[in-house]
Amino acid sequence: MSINTDMAVQVAAIIQVAEKVKRFRLVRVDGLPLPVFSGGAHIVVSMLDGDLLRRNPYSLMSSPTDQTAYEISVLQVEKSRGGSAFLHEKLNVGDKLTISQPLNLFPCDVRGRKHIFMAGGIGITPFMAMMDQMTRESSNFELHYAMRDRKHGAYWQELQQRYAAHRVKIYFDVEKLFIPTDAILANQPLGTHLYVCGPSGMIDGVLNKATALGWPKQNLHSERFLAPLPGDIFKAELKRSKKTITVGTHQSILEAVEAAGIDAPYLCRGGACGQCETSVLGCEGIIEHNDIFLEPEDKASGKTIMICVSRVKGQAITLDL
Amino acid sequence: MNIKFKQETFRGDFTYRNSPENIRRFPFPFHEDKYMYSVNMEPHVPAGPKGFAFESLIDVDEHYISEMHDRALVLKEDPLRCQALPHMMAGQWDVLELIMEQQAAGYPEHFSLTKNGDQWHWINRPMGIDQKFTFGDASTLPYEPMEYITRQAQGDFCIVDQRDNNLWMDAGMVTTQADWSLDFDIGMNFMEWHGPVPLAHQMGVFDRALKFLLNLQQSKPVRRLNWTMTINPRLDTSPENYPKWGPDRMTVTPENIGDKVHLRCELQSLWRLPRSNAILFVIRCYLLKMEELVQVPKWARRFHRVLRDLPPELADYKGLTKFRPMTIDWLSKYDDGAPTSSGIFPE
Repeated sequence: MSINTDMAVQVAAIIQVAEKVKRFRLVRVDGLPLPVFSGGAHIVVSMLDGDLLRRNPYSLMSSPTDQTAYEISVLQVEKSRGGSAFLHEKLNVGDKLTISQPLNLFPCDVRGRKHIFMAGGIGITPFMAMMDQMTRESSNFELHYAMRDRKHGAYWQELQQRYAAHRVKIYFDVEKLFIPTDAILANQPLGTHLYVCGPSGMIDGVLNKATALGWPKQNLHSERFLAPLPGDIFKAELKRSKKTITVGTHQSILEAVEAAGIDAPYLCRGGACGQCETSVLGCEGIIEHNDIFLEPEDKASGKTIMICVSRVKGQAITLDL
Repeated sequence: MNIKFKQETFRGDFTYRNSPENIRRFPFPFHEDKYMYSVNMEPHVPAGPKGFAFESLIDVDEHYISEMHDRALVLKEDPLRCQALPHMMAGQWDVLELIMEQQAAGYPEHFSLTKNGDQWHWINRPMGIDQKFTFGDASTLPYEPMEYITRQAQGDFCIVDQRDNNLWMDAGMVTTQADWSLDFDIGMNFMEWHGPVPLAHQMGVFDRALKFLLNLQQSKPVRRLNWTMTINPRLDTSPENYPKWGPDRMTVTPENIGDKVHLRCELQSLWRLPRSNAILFVIRCYLLKMEELVQVPKWARRFHRVLRDLPPELADYKGLTKFRPMTIDWLSKYDDGAPTSSGIFPE
């Protein structure tokens, strides 16, 4: 059974908060309160760009208990897949979007005696919600925030004002100020948790250093801003429905099936629950298994696929649907 | 819908009975004529005929007042049935909000909730409670939030924390359990507390279930049904009280099966909690006497077949071995061999 809990929202405000960074304030069209969430959660924003449906995840940065609006901040990227460019260049106040329920893949470990956040650039956003939550819970935290320069950095003045300079340390690349990772990681009390969000290189660097210094894996947390995996266009023959559909570059098989008006079972849409597992009756090409549900031997068998996230590199696949 | 609440006991003289209407709303756990473990989860949305146990997502029925009274008795004897580790306070408030909202939405004639910012007003008419409090400030309630609200909600409640790709039993109110102990399991992870279950580990059931639950989403609760059998309508079949209920299994005779032997169904629902990112695991227990069960012919036929063909490991684990053959024999009178329709609902 498919259950849609997406919410229709309207853009209430767009604010340029720094060079190439805009904040979008989203309110519900039906006027109901938005769900409370936990710091670190993201939403998937669905935007209709002409005829094209784009779906991108963004961290929620507003206060987790503020049910009047959600706020996201978006960086304008050079080689946009389309989402960032659409939000920056085409979206106006009053426009409507669809958002998913909040989902947290980057939660705080609330047992931590102390929490250290390390942010690089737009990676600051999940920490804004986390710090709001931790302040309410009187948790001990500090933020180390690296930006390119004072113009491109977002929110650093507000954060220093709100949480005081001894808890919010800022660093600017062009001023040759860098996070002193070694010194920070080497001198922490037991029970400290570390959270990193930013460019992949930064995350790898920090995590490798922490591991080398003997930090337990359970105390290290990170979130990478990866674009959803696109792929080549291919055909999917739906045997039972007697239909052949085309799966687009930025479309999952499940989305293409739904676009064709066929009801397929799903729950998580994230490759985890197994609900959309579908038998493969034939395949001209290689299945790219992107799920975490199937065991390696199931994936190797080529007989089954999670249609919410996995796709085909090649010509076509035949499914028992 | 105005529920007529009954006064009855789950101990001593065991006056617990189901009214004819209540029998037909029982969440019968077998969708086919056989039973094996599976990750049998489905979206927790209203389903079934009108008035069925799936109609409201936190179900309240005619046994509400008596069950809450029994819970209070258990807690008085053993306060450790309700525990919460210190880091679970956000989860406690999540649970209080969830139960109050669901009960008020499902049974407006019995419960109401008014929110004005963090100033909340809760009215529970069946229990005669009228409570104003500040959401987020535990000092404004007579108990901590989870204990406060779960003294007013049928079923056991566990708040399961999520971290390190695992789930941790870090808080709960457990007084109507099928032979497991919160005091023993508290702080354990998902694989640890499921350790004793036979067969299912080898089938990969728990690996799959854990993967599924780690991805459970807000606003999309799921449910599954589990079952066992209990002698006498006793809610508190805990390991702590084994000496009180274990010997009951020796008292079953062919003459008293219809009254003494109960099918015990657990309606388990799982909810992602918004503030804490924890999961609420609700284990709501329903008891049905054999003589009540056979009033629904489809259930009588099916339960006879399920019990007859149950793998012996499962019968042992569920503690049915002593009285199973006698019960199969008793049920066989109600099984004419006719086919049964698929699904759990009465025909």
